Parts: sequence; structure tokens; C-alpha cells
Amino acid sequence: MEALFYIAAIVAVLATVLMLTRLNPVHALLYLTVSLLAVALVFYTLGAPFMAALEVIIYAGAIMVLFVFVVMLLNLGAHTVETERNWVTPGMFTGPAILAAILVGEVSYLLARSGSLTPPAAQIEPHQVAMSLYGPYLIGVELASILLLAALVGAYHVGSRRAQGRTGGSGSDRARVASGGDLVRTGADRPSGAA
Amino acid sequence: MNPVLLKLIVLIGILLVVLTLASGLIWLERRLLALWQDRYGPNRVGPFGLLQVLADMIKIFFKEDWIPPFVDKWVFVIAPSIIMITVLLTFAVIPFTPTIQIADTNIALLFFLGMSSLGVYSVVLAGWASNNKYALLGGIRAASQMLSYEVFMGISMMGTVMLAGTFSLRGIVEAQRHMWFVVPQFLGFVLFFIAGIAETRRLPFDLPEAESELVAGFHSEYSGMKFGMFFVGEYLGVILISVLMSVLFFGGWLGPVLPPIVWIVLKTMFFICFFILLRAAMPRPRFDQLMSWGWKWMLPLSLANLAVTGAIVLAMRR
Repeated sequence: MEALFYIAAIVAVLATVLMLTRLNPVHALLYLTVSLLAVALVFYTLGAPFMAALEVIIYAGAIMVLFVFVVMLLNLGAHTVETERNWVTPGMFTGPAILAAILVGEVSYLLARSGSLTPPAAQIEPHQVAMSLYGPYLIGVELASILLLAALVGAYHVGSRRAQGRTGGSGSDRARVASGGDLVRTGADRPSGAA
Repeated sequence: MNPVLLKLIVLIGILLVVLTLASGLIWLERRLLALWQDRYGPNRVGPFGLLQVLADMIKIFFKEDWIPPFVDKWVFVIAPSIIMITVLLTFAVIPFTPTIQIADTNIALLFFLGMSSLGVYSVVLAGWASNNKYALLGGIRAASQMLSYEVFMGISMMGTVMLAGTFSLRGIVEAQRHMWFVVPQFLGFVLFFIAGIAETRRLPFDLPEAESELVAGFHSEYSGMKFGMFFVGEYLGVILISVLMSVLFFGGWLGPVLPPIVWIVLKTMFFICFFILLRAAMPRPRFDQLMSWGWKWMLPLSLANLAVTGAIVLAMRR
């Protein structure tokens, strides 16, 4: 289990570094997805299979697909790579590198002091996660649901204001004409409710 | 016998059977469609035309595996393999019989959900990497369709999870000894079935590759074995959803007289044939209709099913 943990952790770090240095947005997102999958494996090796499954379903499977979806709609092509090449310079990484170095130092200090990572006593089953979520941590669940509700209402408000301009199918056809028949734009306003 | 060796044999056996079945389904689908449309279908090559699949396979292996110059090469190559990998991995947690199962984990159902949500990448990336307007439209449709239908697919299964009290598929089958879950969870079954069709992108929900409007959708630019992988991946998905339906709602391997393996195969084949019948019988909806059904009907219905089931389970426990 410990070897698996270290392999997954190394993959996660490498994928994240590659994600940061990619110029093409879709390639960067793919590396981020790999990184999230590696983190899911880390969770699993640490004895939290439920967290691992949720990491795959929610982060890798839903949120990152939405990111890819948005990038697809924006139709970022070769010109983005050029822009990125001008923007992403090695100097840009100094600040994050210093901050990350501080964290690495802290982690190595903690590891050195405690000797080694203590392997988990047992696997945490889904049932136990649910019992603690709806027991001692109920307030957290409720706060998160309030936040999500607020986000939902906000998204609905923003989306409905945009839809006021057109009425039914013929309106969206008119919008397509107005935008010069641009395929990507017409695709953009359709599934906004889905996202 | 050595348990590691036994596990290996089971693993390779499942892989072979599932892959053979997936390619055999091409023949089955063409024959059944023909039957329902009053024609013969492929009946020339071998007995009942069974060797047609073999001929098609040989043909597809010898076709030029062309990568167009304008595509994003690596993503283009990776995309078709993702669907094969995610679907085949899911078969690892399926309990075919009490003895034939690769891994019995306590998160089997969540594993299925995770893998099916990763499968979306295959279609979306294929659409994006092809650098073709029709493929991109197919990819965008696939992303929004599969994301939306995944939401209530997960929720529709939770009723059975509550009744069985576990995410383990083996536990769910064992909990159906006295009554198949299709009886108390009929709504959940219907919702799961609809979501399953949408997840496998079968007709009537094949809008990502609607050939009458999008050429071939997300796989327009694919040829040779890469196209073959999408094709087989779709049939693998059909088998997977059919097996899952028999496991979750129809008691899996449980049944009188006949041995367990026969029961699970019979139930699975029934649903596979139903999938094919649907293709022969149903027209394709418009995309906005598809989305509004998903969000305005299926999601509220599955939430109501969840709430009512939860309330009843709670009341029974008291």
C-alpha cells in the first residue's frame, strides 16, 4: 500500500507541474484530470475509498468535464498557444515557487519530527462517513447546502436575464443570424442551463 | 487451486467473453433490426451470417488508420482508448455469479459512476481533437447530454442502495433474495434505464453522432481501428448497462432451477435485445427536448423517488 501511495503521489505532483507548464488549455486540463485521479488513488491508499470515489465522480468526472466543455465553446485554437507563450514566462513562477518551497520545508520538518507516515488503522467505510457528516458535522453540511442554493439561484438569475431577449426557437435563429451564423456562439447559449 | 491463478483466469475469461459478446452484438443488432423491419439482414457469410462479424473485423484491421494533419494528434489517439478502458474497468466490480467476480468492493456502485463519468472524456476529447465543426458540435452535445443524464442516473440508483443498505453490488444482489428491487423501485428502474440509454449514446439518444445532421458527430474524422474502438466501446456500454440493470433491479444471478450463470446471461440478453428494439422503434428527439426532459422531468422524479424511498425505509426501521 505504501509503495502505491508514493507512486500515486509522484504522478500527482508530476501531472500538476506539467499542467502548469502546458500552453494548450485542453492539454493542461487533461494533466489536471490525471492529477485529480492520482489524488483519488492517494485517498484510496490512505484508507478512504469513499473519498476516492467522490474525487473521481465529482472532480475528475464532472467539474473537469465542464472546464473542457467551456474551453471547447471558447474555441481556443493555435492563437491561444501563441498568447500563452508570451504570457507564461519562467519569471512568473518565482512567487509560487517560493511559497511552495516554504510548504515543502514545513512538510519535511513534520516528517522528520514524526519519523514516518503512520499507515491508516482501517478503511473508512461510506457508512461511517455518512454517520459523521449527519452527526457532529451537520452544521457544515447545512452551510454547504445554503451556499450551493445561493449559487444555484444566482446562476438561474444570470441565465434568465440572458434569455429574455429571445422567444422560443425563432428567436435563437435570429440570434444566429445576428452573430453571423457563428456555430460556436449559437452553441454557447444553448446548454448554459445544463452547465 | 492457487487463488491468484484463479483470479487471473476469471479476469481473462470475463475480458474475452465480454469483448466477443460486444462484437457479436453487431451481428445480433443487424439481424434483429432486419427482423423487425421485414428483411433478412446479413445472412450470407457462414451459418446465419454469423461470420459477418469476423469479415468486418478483418476488414477494419486492414483499413488505413489515418490521422488527419489538422487534428491534435495525441488527444486524437488517446480519446478512443478512454471509452474502452473505462467500460472494461467497470466490469471488474460486476458480480456475474457468486464465484465470478474480480473485485468485491464496498464502493462498487460509486466506482461504476466514476468510470462512466470519466467515459465522457472519450467523446468530448474526440470531438475537440478532430478540429472539425461537426465533430465539435457532437462533442459539445455529448458533454452536456452525458453530464445532465449522469446526475439523475446516480440518484435513481440510490433507492436500491437504501433498500440494500450497501454500495456493494454483491450485497445488493443478496438483498433481493425475497423480492426483486424492480417491484419497490419501479420508478428508479425506469429512470436508470433512460439514463443508461443516454449514457451509452444509443438511439433515441444518439444526438452526439446524429448522422442525419452531424455527418457522424464526434467520430467523423476517425477511421480504421480507432473508429472500431468507439464502435465496440458503445456495445460494451450496452452490455454493461444491461448487466447492471439485471444486478440492481432483477436479482442478478438469483433464480430458480437453472444455475446462476444462466440466469445472469438470460437477464442481460433480454435487456440487450430491448436496447436494440428501442433503436428500431423510437425516433430521435430534438436536442433541446432531450435537455429539458432530463432536467425538468427526470431529475425531479428521481429526487422524489429518493425522498419517498428514504422516508419509507426510515419508517420501516422504527
